[in-house]
Amino acid sequence: MKRIAGLLVALLLLAGAGIVLADNPLTINGAGASFPYPIYSKWFDDYHKKNSNNQINYQSIGSGGGIKQVTEGTVDFGASDGPMNDDQLKAFRDKHGFDILHFPTVLGADVPAYNIPGVSAELTFTPDAIAGIFLGKITKWNDPAIAGANKGVNLPGNDIVVVHRSDGSGTSYIWTDYLSKVSDEWKNKVGKGTSVNWPVGLGGKGNEGVAGLVKQTPNSFGYVELIYAIQNNMPYGKVKNASGNVVKADLASVTAAAAGAAKDMPADFRVSITNAPGKNAYPISSFTWLLIPEKFSDAAKREAIKGFINWMLVDGQNEVEALSYAKLPKEVVAKEKQALAKVQ
Amino acid sequence: MATTTTTVPGAGPFPGSRSFISKLRDGDEIARLITFLFAASVVLVTVLLVYELWVESALPRHKFGLHFLITKVWDPNLDQFGALPFIYGTLVTAAVSLVLAVPLGIGAAIFLAELAPAQISDILEFFIDLLAAVPSVIYGLLGVFIVIPLMREYIQPGLKNTLGFLPFFQGPTYGVGFLTAGIVLAIMVIPYIISVSREVLLSVPRDQREAALALGATRWESTWKVVVPFARTGIMGSIFLALARALGETMAVTMVIGNTPTISASLFSPGYSIAAVIANEFTEATGDVYLQSLIELGLVLFLLTFILNGLARLLIVATSQRGSGVGQA
Repeated sequence: MKRIAGLLVALLLLAGAGIVLADNPLTINGAGASFPYPIYSKWFDDYHKKNSNNQINYQSIGSGGGIKQVTEGTVDFGASDGPMNDDQLKAFRDKHGFDILHFPTVLGADVPAYNIPGVSAELTFTPDAIAGIFLGKITKWNDPAIAGANKGVNLPGNDIVVVHRSDGSGTSYIWTDYLSKVSDEWKNKVGKGTSVNWPVGLGGKGNEGVAGLVKQTPNSFGYVELIYAIQNNMPYGKVKNASGNVVKADLASVTAAAAGAAKDMPADFRVSITNAPGKNAYPISSFTWLLIPEKFSDAAKREAIKGFINWMLVDGQNEVEALSYAKLPKEVVAKEKQALAKVQ
Repeated sequence: MATTTTTVPGAGPFPGSRSFISKLRDGDEIARLITFLFAASVVLVTVLLVYELWVESALPRHKFGLHFLITKVWDPNLDQFGALPFIYGTLVTAAVSLVLAVPLGIGAAIFLAELAPAQISDILEFFIDLLAAVPSVIYGLLGVFIVIPLMREYIQPGLKNTLGFLPFFQGPTYGVGFLTAGIVLAIMVIPYIISVSREVLLSVPRDQREAALALGATRWESTWKVVVPFARTGIMGSIFLALARALGETMAVTMVIGNTPTISASLFSPGYSIAAVIANEFTEATGDVYLQSLIELGLVLFLLTFILNGLARLLIVATSQRGSGVGQA
């Protein structure tokens, strides 16, 4: 017993020493979105290997928490799946006296997942069909709004079981943002957000919760992150985009959506690219952002963060597809490099 | 040590202080102080908890007042929050779980304490303690992979066909919902009921049983009419422990309840519980009113637990006075 206690004390001391050692290089703390966490942690790790005097710590506590913490100044930077709204920007400016900047890092997308016994064909969904199903107006699988886009598929007359996320998430933000754009009724009745007052459906916790419910429940319809669907070999449907083309989500079609939006990209990058124009654009896509304060009192921290973003925009982008994220289009990378000069 | 101190108090000029010091030296006073602090810390934590929940939920308390408790809408976009569907879901799932778990748990406890050979009882007790220690997420997975499909394919259609005239067993059968959550909760709380009730039954004095048997009672009569009433207070205690766990359970419930704020008489309907919505929405709650409404839900859950516990104590007092008196012995 004593020996175990001694061992534990030794281990604790070692761990303590480790923390002290790790504190010697410049430590930068960030917090926020969990959707890009896998690529962020790989980036921060790789960047640390190249620049051993910089250590970036990231906690994936959720977009809301990231915005809150960076506003309160408890972390050096935040990260979010949805852009900060005007009220949140104002709150930051009021507190700090300068602005906070958005830097897109990678792209994500939502895909429609379904489970209809006896139907193995890859279904196509029009915006009207998706909005109708989620509003609870389209209740049967053989509704003309669905069947019209899927000629030759024998759809049953069963009731559709809608599945959505129960936890607040960027995935739901993208989905509801898309629905708000393609359906005025959705925009007025429900709106967009990480959690909304869903008109119909069951809630599943996390992508795995939604995927599990869809897989188990006959005649169900839900949405999951593209990455989740790819990594778990989940079948998913195609969506008709703003140009009228039927597009299946993959990394290229998601990047195409960002390229389509790049022309009209506002200077602050706070842009929604759902329902983006472009022949090959997948319509339910979104950026995820780093939230970087405009001014840093610590010059070393500022240079380290700017150095990281510069690296992330060039070398870092080559790593993202291995983890099933979609790359930023070239146009956006060029704009971000210019915007980085604003950080002082 | 003991002999030296016993002679000192009477000899000293200040007997009172002397005795205090001597008590201190004996350790009595120190032990009393330390254990008092430990006991007081429980009260302190409870008070701090309520205080913190109260202060941190100021915005929605002022904005919605008592309407918070009777409003059905939960809309983060419109900043409208009402707790009623969550309160309903919490109470219904806890009630369903107790309806299922109490007879099963007490029945099993009676078997283990009174009827089973001691060896078998001890072996089974080991498994029951093991079950009580299983993390709730495991029960949630059990619910997702086993209970939900069983419910959807067999149990819910079966109930619908036989008892479908009752409002409790109507509507579409998704597999998830109040009934499924109640069943998973029942599986989770049964070990508590068995474990505590068995201990209480085992501690009933032997002469109680022997007296009953000597008066010509059968073994079952002595168990049911003497031993169980004697242990009633303790058995009630085990039920309240189970109730508290059922009210506060988060992970397993959110995995099987369907996470839809609805109020429906049908147990097949998907629902939502207070603990589940807090866990689901807290991390991404951005607005102040939204976040504080979730904290107010925490306050509501605390008060709910408090009220139910209070009622439970009253019930114990009432039944032990009305009963034959053995419960007080």
